[in-house]
Amino acid sequence: MSEPVKGISRADVSHLAGLARIDLSEAELDHLAAELPAILEHVAVVQQAAGDDVEAMSHPLPVNNVFREDVVVPCLTPEEALAGAPASDQQRFLVPKILGED
Amino acid sequence: MTDLTRLSAAELAARLTRKEVSSVEATQAQLDRIAAVDGDIHAFLHVDAEGALATAADIDARRAAGEGLHGLAGVPIAVKDIVATKGMPTTCGSRILDGWIPPYDATITQRIKAAGLPILGKTNMDEFAMGSSTEHSAYGPTRNPWDRTRIPGGSGGGSAAAVAAYEAALAIGTDTGGSIRQPGALTGTVGVKPTYGGVSRYGLVALASSLDQAGPVTRTVLDAALLHELMGGHDPMDSTSIDAPAPLVVSAARRADVKGLRIGIVSELNGGGMGVEGFQPGVMSRFHEAVELLTSAGAEVVEVSLPSLEYALAAYYLVMPSEASSNLARFDAMRYGVRVPPAGADDPSAEQVMASSRDAGFGDEVKRRIIVGTYALSSGYYEAYYGSAQKVRTLLARDFASAFEQVDVLVSPTSPTTAWTLGDKLDDPLSMYLQDVATIPANLAGIPGLSLPVGLAEEDGLPVGLQFLAPQKADDRLYNAAAALEKLLEDKWGGPMLAQAPDLEVAR
Repeated sequence: MSEPVKGISRADVSHLAGLARIDLSEAELDHLAAELPAILEHVAVVQQAAGDDVEAMSHPLPVNNVFREDVVVPCLTPEEALAGAPASDQQRFLVPKILGED
Repeated sequence: MTDLTRLSAAELAARLTRKEVSSVEATQAQLDRIAAVDGDIHAFLHVDAEGALATAADIDARRAAGEGLHGLAGVPIAVKDIVATKGMPTTCGSRILDGWIPPYDATITQRIKAAGLPILGKTNMDEFAMGSSTEHSAYGPTRNPWDRTRIPGGSGGGSAAAVAAYEAALAIGTDTGGSIRQPGALTGTVGVKPTYGGVSRYGLVALASSLDQAGPVTRTVLDAALLHELMGGHDPMDSTSIDAPAPLVVSAARRADVKGLRIGIVSELNGGGMGVEGFQPGVMSRFHEAVELLTSAGAEVVEVSLPSLEYALAAYYLVMPSEASSNLARFDAMRYGVRVPPAGADDPSAEQVMASSRDAGFGDEVKRRIIVGTYALSSGYYEAYYGSAQKVRTLLARDFASAFEQVDVLVSPTSPTTAWTLGDKLDDPLSMYLQDVATIPANLAGIPGLSLPVGLAEEDGLPVGLQFLAPQKADDRLYNAAAALEKLLEDKWGGPMLAQAPDLEVAR
């Protein structure tokens, strides 16, 4: 079992927010940095519960691949699929630039 | 003339079948009730009067023409705003989905529509079902019909309050950690979380995919069984849907006989400990009286221990945020949902737009859980947090398996306390999380649970719920036991508990 680092800093929260793609304000970072240690301390007790011999359970029921016949079934029209898009163009989702210009 | 809004769904369905009343009349009565009380209660985020009345008129015409209809055809229903409804807004109580209209129906919605139940509208909820009070809705809280200064529970406070306030006899809820059962307990209504896989998740906006399960929210056990039967059963569109005959919940609710039934009181939830500052005395006294009634009716009651319950809440508050942080990655402002460009950035990139949209669109609790989940899943912490939490699930499932070798059903209070005052726990997320101690084990283990109103706590006069738990796929046992207890209690009270609720002020 790996050893968790004690505590969580404001810089950690800022890094996590970056990973989660949430542009938190300075006030939000302050707030979460103050709040998270208590929550993480509480949930950390799970590390004392089980040894290496206990299997992890990802799902309440056995999960199997489910197959169906490879046939065409009705699906959304392009108009329906695009109906909730913030922007669209020529039957495509229109998104901001993905790469830098230079 | 009978107030149609006070009838159970089963009674209304019987009157519809006998053509003593029309679905248009019943639906209009519910819409009038919503107009009269919902300004105050705020159970609904959206009301579809026109659509509901059109369905009702269609069912009336088909009934008049002699067509064979579903038993609940024409009985109006409310649907939690996390269930996709084609042509009707679905926001999950979040700004990020403000105004989103799904292009398809969830399987549950399809089944409701196929059976001919008029959909009254969409009910309020904590944003993305994260919360135990409905205060985390971006559109304002729902109020408890028993005391409008108090929360109705959450996340499905809207569905529970709608049913408790006679705005609907039937509602759909979803339960990831107690979001059906806890609001049921706090509003004096019946709520059931079916066995994981018992009801299709197709078209539910996912919170935690290994925990989420939709179920019925009603005023009576029989109504819950009727709605459960309508919603449940195998669905090829959900790979986790159980491909086997569904439990016979309606006949179980009609059986209502606990003679010889082995009932286990969960020791760890029998009054204290568990990191909760004790269970409220009035909750425990109503719970124990209910257990005595079951004993007097011939049930064999013993105490059963679930030792890993000690770790269950912590495991839940790792598994749920982990899965949620992954599921909510889909809200990226590209294909649906609001897009909010960052202020002051000239020609921002997709990544910048994504990050600013998610900051603007998500509320505090959602951000908090995404950050916790991201932390628990990050390299170096994964094994210690998410991995350990998954092991707790294994231990808990083993505890339940050995408990159900000794007893047929387990019982506990549904919630450690009655409804608290709006705002009381908003600044202390951990104390809010602790309220879920009795409900989350069922989600972690995938077993079914039902909350039944068992009286009012003497210290505050607010509803108390008792929770039944049963093994996976044995949902019928919940209905049998709960229907028996419901009958014993109503005989004692001389009527349903909700009859004791205060009359609501009616807007005119």
